[in-house]
Amino acid sequence: MSEHIVHPRVYLTIFLALMLGTGLTVLAAFRDFPGPLNAIVALTIAVVKATLVILYFMHVRYSSRLIWLIIGSALFWLAILFALTISDYWTRTWLPPL
Amino acid sequence: MEEFETPKPPHTNYINAEYGLKSWLLTRDHKRIALLYLGAISFYFFIGSLYAMAIRLELLTPQADLVQSSTYNKMFTQHGIIMVFFFLIPAIPATLGNFLVPMMIGAKDLAFPRINLLSWYIYMVGGLITIYALLAGGVDTGWTFYVPYSTTFSNSYVIATGVGIFISGFSSILTGLNFIVTIHTMRAPGMTWFRLPLFIWAHYATSLIMILGTPVVAVTILLVALERLAHIGIFDPAAGGDPILFQHLFWFYSHPAVYIMVLPAMGVVSELIANFSRKNIFGYKFIAFSSLAIAVFGFLVWGHHLFVSGQSVYAGMIFSFLSFAVAIPSAIKVFNWTATLYKGSISYDTPMLYALGFIGLFTIGGMTGLFLASLATDVHLSDTYFIVAHFHYIMVGGTLLAYLGGLHYWWPKISGRMYPEGWGRFSALVVFVGFNLTFSPQFVLGYMGMPRRYHTYPADMVSWQVLHVLSTAGASILGVGLLIPLCYLVWSMRYGPIAAANPWNLPGLEWQTASPPPTENFLTTPVVTTEAYQFAAPEHKEVVGKFERQKPAGT
Repeated sequence: MSEHIVHPRVYLTIFLALMLGTGLTVLAAFRDFPGPLNAIVALTIAVVKATLVILYFMHVRYSSRLIWLIIGSALFWLAILFALTISDYWTRTWLPPL
Repeated sequence: MEEFETPKPPHTNYINAEYGLKSWLLTRDHKRIALLYLGAISFYFFIGSLYAMAIRLELLTPQADLVQSSTYNKMFTQHGIIMVFFFLIPAIPATLGNFLVPMMIGAKDLAFPRINLLSWYIYMVGGLITIYALLAGGVDTGWTFYVPYSTTFSNSYVIATGVGIFISGFSSILTGLNFIVTIHTMRAPGMTWFRLPLFIWAHYATSLIMILGTPVVAVTILLVALERLAHIGIFDPAAGGDPILFQHLFWFYSHPAVYIMVLPAMGVVSELIANFSRKNIFGYKFIAFSSLAIAVFGFLVWGHHLFVSGQSVYAGMIFSFLSFAVAIPSAIKVFNWTATLYKGSISYDTPMLYALGFIGLFTIGGMTGLFLASLATDVHLSDTYFIVAHFHYIMVGGTLLAYLGGLHYWWPKISGRMYPEGWGRFSALVVFVGFNLTFSPQFVLGYMGMPRRYHTYPADMVSWQVLHVLSTAGASILGVGLLIPLCYLVWSMRYGPIAAANPWNLPGLEWQTASPPPTENFLTTPVVTTEAYQFAAPEHKEVVGKFERQKPAGT
């Protein structure tokens, strides 16, 4: 596998972006957004940060299709976990309490 | 078998290539690491069995006359934790798998020998931390660590035990990673995917589960620790959390973990059935792909553990349907093994007795699983001895029997010595009888309403006591049946007749090298030209004693 040399400036930029994300998470925690937005905002920041880590710090952006396939299958399995768990939460109130 | 060679001057092999403790503790040879695992899992199996003996003794009578309730809670918890995480999960992959995966594909070692050794050390560190937790005071949550008891109420060593399991999970991940890379990249010339022995397909599927599932249980245990230490509220309704979320996360791994235990066992049984029937296995591709199907479907059924926990009934219906679906690939295997037996030249050697036992017991375990996958019957049977019997039929009747069968089958290759066949057959029968006597009464007990995890029952329920006495008597027989192989296998390491390179006269690659094998497995890289399980045509066979064998070349 060919090694891709990443310039330190890229790492530094990603690091600063992650720090910014952390700061935003803390700020968002002190604000009360309407409705379900609290969770949506926090999770969106977390997903963006995780994506940056996977793409740059784990070098996936510069990796072969096989690595992309593996990352994709891991995300697919995560989707299974979420989908079937949510099938419980989504339908739990469909039956009226006895 | 009668195929013993007269003693020869010992060749250099993986056992005598180096001497001294250091040569074992720093080895990178997959065969030596397999033996390190063999010693370790035997130790944990012994500890787990002691708890089982104490549990069965306590249940002999209706009243609590051996231990108090709190001690009993710790006994069944620790029996479960030790047996599941430190025996059953690594049992076949880390010992037989480690030893045989490279040999069966014609490789010199696994892809990452240092990581292989690291996995053993990680396993030992995790195991010793867990043993520390048991000695320090133990844990009483049940092996499932259900919240809120584990996070809020239990005064036992939950976090220490969790740390032990968390760490040992990495060992499982590394073993799975090593197998996948090895199977992809290190197959001998000519060893195409559809020439792989089914043992390899089973381990490939198992490795996928290890890699995809284990991180989830690690995160779940971490969340339990955080909830216990910092009350983060993820499982606490008062803080917006949900205790059933724990069960979702836990069983997302722990149901597929059953397949980590049983898929390698199925791989062993596929080898034994084909080779001791002297027949090409029936439906090779179906068995191979059913392993992958079990690995995938196994991830979709976890909700059947939550039918009575407060999970939505609609989600329950989905999980019930999916749980029935996973029975299909399992049944494909059982039917194909049975079809392989048809018109085979069956020999009833010890490994085959274990394999036949596996088919019967796994089928009973699987069929009773369907009772539990049905929403209505599960309500009656949940948390009763029916469930205890069901999963022991899978885990003990399935995995343990296959493990013992495989250990006997490959013992000549591993140790270079034959075990005493008569004692082997005798102990296989004792194990089979003891096992059934232990666990079949528990189906009836559960159906009658005896709950699991209780150490007392009403004194006027005479039938319950009769069934418990039968079960305890069976456990004693099972214990004897397991001690006999321990004795004669240790004996055979020094005094057993020296085994030929291919004592069963089989075509598999692992039998085409010396017993025990040299460190590099094969002196020259083998070239594979045929599919697995290719036995000679009748005109090339001769009868030796009561066995058929391939005629030596030139006759």
